[in-house]
Amino acid sequence: MTPPRGDRDGRWAWRLTIAMTLGVYIFLFAPIVATVVLSFNASMFGGFPLTGFSMQWYAKLLTNEQVLAAFKTSLWIALVTAAVTTLLGISVALALVRFQFRGKQAFSTLVILPALVPETILGVGLLVMIKAADQPRTIWVLLLGHIMLALPYVVLITQARMVGISRSFEEAALSLGAPRLSAFREITLPLLVPAVVAGILLAFTISFDNTSASLFWRPAGVETMPTQILSMLKISISPEVNALGTVMILVTVGIPLLGGLVLQAFTRLKKRRTENGRA
Amino acid sequence: MAGGSPAPEVPTVGLDKVTVSYGQFTAVRDFSLAVEKGSFVTLLGPSGCGKTTILRSIAGLVEISSGQISIGGQRVDDVPINKRNIGLVFQNYALFPHKSVFDNVAFGLKYRAVSKPEIARRVGEALEMVRLPGSEKKLPSQLSGGQQQRIALARAIVFEPTVLLLDEPLSALDANMREEMRVEIKKIQKATGITAIFVTHDQEEALSMSDQIVVMNAGVAEQVGTPAEVYDAPATAFVADFLGKANVLPGSVDKMEGQIATVQLDAGQAIRAVSPSPIAQGARVSVVVRPQKLAVGSEEGSNSLSGRVVSTSYLGASAVYEIDIGKETIVRANTLLSGPILREGETARLGFAPEGCVLLDAGGRRVV
Repeated sequence: MTPPRGDRDGRWAWRLTIAMTLGVYIFLFAPIVATVVLSFNASMFGGFPLTGFSMQWYAKLLTNEQVLAAFKTSLWIALVTAAVTTLLGISVALALVRFQFRGKQAFSTLVILPALVPETILGVGLLVMIKAADQPRTIWVLLLGHIMLALPYVVLITQARMVGISRSFEEAALSLGAPRLSAFREITLPLLVPAVVAGILLAFTISFDNTSASLFWRPAGVETMPTQILSMLKISISPEVNALGTVMILVTVGIPLLGGLVLQAFTRLKKRRTENGRA
Repeated sequence: MAGGSPAPEVPTVGLDKVTVSYGQFTAVRDFSLAVEKGSFVTLLGPSGCGKTTILRSIAGLVEISSGQISIGGQRVDDVPINKRNIGLVFQNYALFPHKSVFDNVAFGLKYRAVSKPEIARRVGEALEMVRLPGSEKKLPSQLSGGQQQRIALARAIVFEPTVLLLDEPLSALDANMREEMRVEIKKIQKATGITAIFVTHDQEEALSMSDQIVVMNAGVAEQVGTPAEVYDAPATAFVADFLGKANVLPGSVDKMEGQIATVQLDAGQAIRAVSPSPIAQGARVSVVVRPQKLAVGSEEGSNSLSGRVVSTSYLGASAVYEIDIGKETIVRANTLLSGPILREGETARLGFAPEGCVLLDAGGRRVV
């Protein structure tokens, strides 16, 4: 990693690279670190200097009815979004990869489109549609919106995996006497598992994190975690917001990490099982 | 009717005027074939000739546009693949990567109401047959290519299918393994007496393994026959060229003497060739003669061609010459070496018998 000796220009270029890299990382992660650190600060004011270590802001969160309600709303919406988009995503990817039908290209583009259109446009669009259909703006609109936002990513992940699963696996299963459904359940689905897990985690995170579109869609009086934080910030930067932010970070980073670990443990277990079997 | 005449033999697999089209493109046209019980039939042809399409339509993976297919005497047009009772072996093995060897081989038995101890017994037997006993608990990824193809074979035959369909099963293997597996597959087919349909583009595989070869080109069968028939008496110029790169020399008939036609080649020299039926003088024909039938530097047979050596490939016991016999007509000769090898530019004499030649008419079909 060190440049050749005696190359002065090279050495300076190297130092500059290091400085730039460090700068970028600081820029990226300093706010996150600050949020986490300040959430444990004893001071009333959400800023430096630190005056002491305290868990009081977390304790306060647990008694804040609004925060708890927002957390609950975000959680169940994210869970339902993950479940629905995974089921839909597998079917859509299956249709796109394994079947030929008229308008396939158009269908594929339509499914992916929400990932390309700015969220604000989507936010307004769904509202306009609901209004045109003369429907009330309920929590279901919010859920529907989240499903629309997360579906493209789940489809893309599942599709990529499905393309890599040779069709001859299914054909072999069919030729051996398995009905179509059994062939899918026994062969295709298990091979899809990594994509399915990744899709679930991504959909959950996308929904749990979403702010701008949710601002448009949430019915009056309903907050999700991000919109709750936003409305708390309007009043003041209290240490409670820092604590809430830390919880958000924990959930959105922790869940994919947990998923990865579970998947890893799963494969290791399977490997060990076959290795034991061999012995 | 009481007693007497035996029932007409019902083919294990029968195709009657099968056509498969995709939009404008016809992959297989009017294809008919009867595969006898216990026989090994090979569909041989270049890529895109429709051989794989036929195999997949027998399997039920490709819908036929017209005609009919029967398996075990039963029409299967409306029978889905999983009810056809066929064993299918793929080029890329298609072993289920997440299932152990045992679960792979047992897969077909699971859908056939076979008891658990019986499954275990038959899987064990099948693995014994492909010479991989004791590999039940391995995963496919722990096996070599050749071993994987053996397991795929075991999986396809363990439930005793009506017919075993093999789709270029050897082409993913390296040369040595390919030859070993060729012998192995043939052995297993003989031992089990299973009816097999084998698809390949490799003429050596076809010639060495088959009871019957169907040589295909552009969606139609050019010739159906035993390996010796298609090799020694190619029905068309395509078959002659595809199997062993025979020399096809155009010319016109000069005279007919009994069963021997004298053909004046366009290249300038004349050849005497056996013709089973008389041909009119002046008729356009092609003379097909295999490189192995041409003896270089000898006066064998009553035919003799002379020409200039264009290239020489020394192969130890034999040599392959390319010889220009006039007007840039190149003849390939594969000959055993007796004397010194001829070099480029030297003059060579080719001797061969009229019986070693096959005549094709103006339409490119064998004169019979």
